Amino acid sequence: MNRVLSDWRAILVFVGPALLLYTGIVLIPILWSLGLTTYEGSPITGFHRVGAANFVRLLHDATFFKALWFGTRYAVFVSAGQVIFGLLLALMYAFYLKKTSALVRTLVFLPVVLPTVAVAQMVSKLFAIVPQYGLVNSALHALHLDSLVQAWLGQGGTAFWIIAAMDIWKAMGFYAILLYTGLVDIPEETIEAARLDGAQGWSLARFVVLPLLAPITVASLIFSLNGTLKVFDSIMALTGGGPGNATTPLTLLFYKTSFTYSEYGYGSTLALTLAVQCLIVTLLIFWRARRSGA
Amino acid sequence: MNGGTKTMHTTATPAPARTTRVPALHVLQRLPVTLLVLLVVFVAVYPVVWIFLSSLKSSVEFSSSPMWALPQALAWDNYARAWTEGHMSRYFLNSVLAVIPSLALVIVLGVMAAFGLEIMRWRLSNVASLVFLIGIMVPIQIVILPLFTVYFKVHLLDTRLALILTYTAFGLPLVVFFLAGYFKTFAREIIEAAIVDGANIYQVFFRIALPMVMNALVTVALVQFFFMWNDLLVSLTFTQDPDMRTIQSGLLAFTGQYGQREWGPTFASIALAVAPTVLVYLLLNQMVMKGMAAGAVKG
Repeated sequence: MNRVLSDWRAILVFVGPALLLYTGIVLIPILWSLGLTTYEGSPITGFHRVGAANFVRLLHDATFFKALWFGTRYAVFVSAGQVIFGLLLALMYAFYLKKTSALVRTLVFLPVVLPTVAVAQMVSKLFAIVPQYGLVNSALHALHLDSLVQAWLGQGGTAFWIIAAMDIWKAMGFYAILLYTGLVDIPEETIEAARLDGAQGWSLARFVVLPLLAPITVASLIFSLNGTLKVFDSIMALTGGGPGNATTPLTLLFYKTSFTYSEYGYGSTLALTLAVQCLIVTLLIFWRARRSGA
Repeated sequence: MNGGTKTMHTTATPAPARTTRVPALHVLQRLPVTLLVLLVVFVAVYPVVWIFLSSLKSSVEFSSSPMWALPQALAWDNYARAWTEGHMSRYFLNSVLAVIPSLALVIVLGVMAAFGLEIMRWRLSNVASLVFLIGIMVPIQIVILPLFTVYFKVHLLDTRLALILTYTAFGLPLVVFFLAGYFKTFAREIIEAAIVDGANIYQVFFRIALPMVMNALVTVALVQFFFMWNDLLVSLTFTQDPDMRTIQSGLLAFTGQYGQREWGPTFASIALAVAPTVLVYLLLNQMVMKGMAAGAVKG
């Protein structure tokens, strides 16, 4: 038995190819990227060592702090939106639609599988002002609300809300399915018992359903924060980070720094801060979840 | 992924007609909820419908009638123009030629690795699993620059191979974990019995393990298809030659340079980028939903 299951040549055949590719394309580049933070330059201009200069620059870079703040604000807001709307949808599926919810679940999930670039292009057409009014502006015009017709994506303030709304819209069906799975796993008897004890409507949700759903809600939140901190496609395709740097998160700043300005060392430093941010968020939520006993 | 994916009750059959004799009052009570449900469905689906409707409008209609109007005559030539003048045919082909080999590779390598990590017994298997876990947590941005440098040096930039290697390597962690989860759930006794009966490890893999995870393979392949088809960052970074762009990075460039004045072809090109995912989803929606949810719980 063990002779067959511990045959090292077979293990090499099975795990070797995947591990080799993964090591070459993911693992070594991670280490390499850490090393790059102490260099300056690009493959075309050549690299030279600068020690901790990139980190010093980071601390004095107003653009970096602006991107960090924008990205964090965006991630917190959008994650909250995704999970809250997902939760409301899941409650709707489970308590109002019950067994007839399959079609609704399927339709609400549809945006999840769409390419973000295409969705962003669509949204930019929705909110367009030139060359012609998009759907939103033409609707406002038709309602004689011309004072509200504006370049929605050309202003940092409104652009933030549109990006946020789009990313919440795109993902809420996904979190609804995730949380719905958790909801149907709650034993029917538990809910019945609470009903007999007089819990109804909001109090049933507040004191029985939501606490039982807490672990999967926390998991959803981690997943969502992790995803939204890495947001790239939607903002790149919708505003390109503009106007100015008004909608630039770390991922876009990283991309511009690396490929528009060819500053690889500083780019790696930005990528590292992004990775650290993702890690901190994950650890923080795990810690909170453990303390609150969820 | 609690014991397979049976936990989701996603039967498409509606409940038997229990509403035959509903008091009018009850209907009235349900009305706000029904309206809310309809609103939710409308908000989720209408934008997608809007893309397809708009893609069939002539350029005159965009300036003469409001954006929500239905197309008057079906202007299919928008698609022809997007396909040829907009180079969407090339982008589409590039996407297919990058995604299909990547999918095949990630599935084959992933199922082999999962088998090796979960079924075979060796001292460092836990360490190897942990190493794959790093790939799930680390943002892709951190490896983009070293990869760009390497691809630049070995002349892999603007090739499909660069995309295939990257997609495959980044898909591996999730595929390995997903399939290892499946291998974990089935009885080791079956495999041990086969070995006692004299099967070698390759026979065990091909005749027992592989058939048992066939459904999971399809599910995980679907999920990876959506990741790869919808990718922007990798294709944008590693293909700068317009001829090598995939459909997403092509769409980004397309609507930027030529699409501003030409709404019809622009919507047609968006529809072309969206169509495969919508088609696959409409055909296999239950599987897609299960797969994505299970992948998330794992990842």
